[in-house]
Amino acid sequence: MSTTSPSLMRADRSRALLVRRQVADRLATGFGWVAMAVVVWMLGSILWTLLRNGLPGLSVHLFTRSMAPPGQDGGLANAIVGDILQTGLGVLLGAPAGLLTGIFLAEYGADSKLARMVRFVSDMLLSAPSILIGLFIYMIMVAPFGHFSGFSGGVALAILAMPIVVRTTEDMLRLVPVSMREAGIALGAPKWRVILFICLRAVRGGVMTGILLAVARVAGETAPLLFTSLGNSEWSLDMSRPMASLPVAIYQYAGSAYQDWMEQAWSGALLVTVGVLVINIVVRVGTRGGRT
Amino acid sequence: MDIPARQNAPVSPDQAGTARSGRRTADPAFRLLVTITGVAVLVVLGAIIAVMVNGGWHAFATFGPGFLVSDAWNPVTQHFGAAAPVFGTVVSSALALLLAVPLAFGTAFWLTALAPPTVASVIGMAVQLLAAVPSIIFGMWGFFVVVPVIAHYVQPFLHHTFGHVPVLSVLVAGAPFGTGLLTAGFILAVMITPSITAVMRDVFASMPAVLRESAYGLGATRWEVMRNVVLPWSREGLVGGIVLGMGRAMGETMAVTFVIGDSNHIGWSLFAPANTIASLIALEFPESPAGSLKLASLLALGAILMAISFVTLWFSRWLLSRGENTGRRV
Repeated sequence: MSTTSPSLMRADRSRALLVRRQVADRLATGFGWVAMAVVVWMLGSILWTLLRNGLPGLSVHLFTRSMAPPGQDGGLANAIVGDILQTGLGVLLGAPAGLLTGIFLAEYGADSKLARMVRFVSDMLLSAPSILIGLFIYMIMVAPFGHFSGFSGGVALAILAMPIVVRTTEDMLRLVPVSMREAGIALGAPKWRVILFICLRAVRGGVMTGILLAVARVAGETAPLLFTSLGNSEWSLDMSRPMASLPVAIYQYAGSAYQDWMEQAWSGALLVTVGVLVINIVVRVGTRGGRT
Repeated sequence: MDIPARQNAPVSPDQAGTARSGRRTADPAFRLLVTITGVAVLVVLGAIIAVMVNGGWHAFATFGPGFLVSDAWNPVTQHFGAAAPVFGTVVSSALALLLAVPLAFGTAFWLTALAPPTVASVIGMAVQLLAAVPSIIFGMWGFFVVVPVIAHYVQPFLHHTFGHVPVLSVLVAGAPFGTGLLTAGFILAVMITPSITAVMRDVFASMPAVLRESAYGLGATRWEVMRNVVLPWSREGLVGGIVLGMGRAMGETMAVTFVIGDSNHIGWSLFAPANTIASLIALEFPESPAGSLKLASLLALGAILMAISFVTLWFSRWLLSRGENTGRRV
């Protein structure tokens, strides 16, 4: 009677194992809940801060008047328009380039040496610091001509928008089932038609998501514009001259010591954030809630 | 009734002929177009590197290799070095990853395995939205919300608790300004957590449900499914997401500029004001006239930042290929 039977020992061990497994599961579950709560809390805190500080300053003047020295009741109209123009130019240049590159990677390059290089470089650009893009454009488009311009801002934003579109386009095209391509080819369609009108169309939701995400990303960019379009406190639609943009105006105002500038910075911040978030929400609702 | 008839209608030789000749020119033309665009991407990066190196050459030539190890940044004596901002960049990004990776993993785990589908889609959306908030907003939030909390509560508490412990006291030393490396790391973590989470979640969700279901069918707990099925399956995407976050953290400018404290000193205190390469460029560029040694130094720093990003991405690719190989062997 000094030794327990092997079967009892096994039962003991398996119970201990079960407890250990359950404890590990509970711990992981608890950790998951805490992590989720922290992330949601952070978003809540940011939105609450923006609303509390930004709502009081929202007025019609903000949309109708250009920037003005402190105390003169200015607005952000020129910055809003400048932001739209530069973002528009950036996406107009960046999205087609990204689409074509994405098509090249998914359909033509596949695993060739060139494609692997392009993919790597595109990833490099995706994570390339945006301020360096600004510095680069400053050196090639601002310094040689001697003046800052909205065009150079738009080009800087295009370089940032492109890799996002490349990535999503390639990822999406790779999801298209081979049978769909085969069906297209069997019907006698040339490859470019199969790509553009069958594959790309099948995943247009995902590709649009990529483009809109690129819009949302560059619309709120500050760093690449600091050295390219510089900012402009006057009303200007001329893209060959320095041009205001909302984020740069916010940066300028938030660092100031004037009460009304601070208030406008918060209102501008609220505007940018709401604009960007609305695009994101539209994208996700438009693609029917995404994958979940 | 007329649909089958139309399908069976013979294609006239004429139509077939134009279609074929169109294909003969259109296909190679399209191929050429996309290839050229692809190569243009290479050219853009090449140009960025060339401009940085070329512009920064003046600084490299003036200071020699000492530029890399000198922590001087003195416009008066025209002496510049890269060590301090490089240090700030690496430490703040490392702190950010340390905070963000577990947070992102936990959230992605919650979203894919724990939450009821309807709740998960709402919270998942919230996470996506946090990823979309422009970086300057994080900077303002950091400066006006996080910095006071760190200055009034976190640092005094840590100082009180660890101030007399031999090694840790160095980490918490310094005046409670609220700005500095830890604050920057925290803001960066908040910024990159959602993007890492989003990638992780997409990767987890893209796994065929059959694999997950079979593991559950064998009696595995949710954590075991995550640990033993989902994680090995999605290693590539995970590392990809983390690298994406790290790249963003290292190059992030606006958010860091608000909270880093703008000081070119190397200090081991988590609360010491510092500078990252990006924040230094943003802060110093306006006072760097074209052709000056200072602008050259900033461009040289830009080249270094490019090099760091390059090496990180390359390293992660290497890790990935290794991970893939072991994954296949198992």
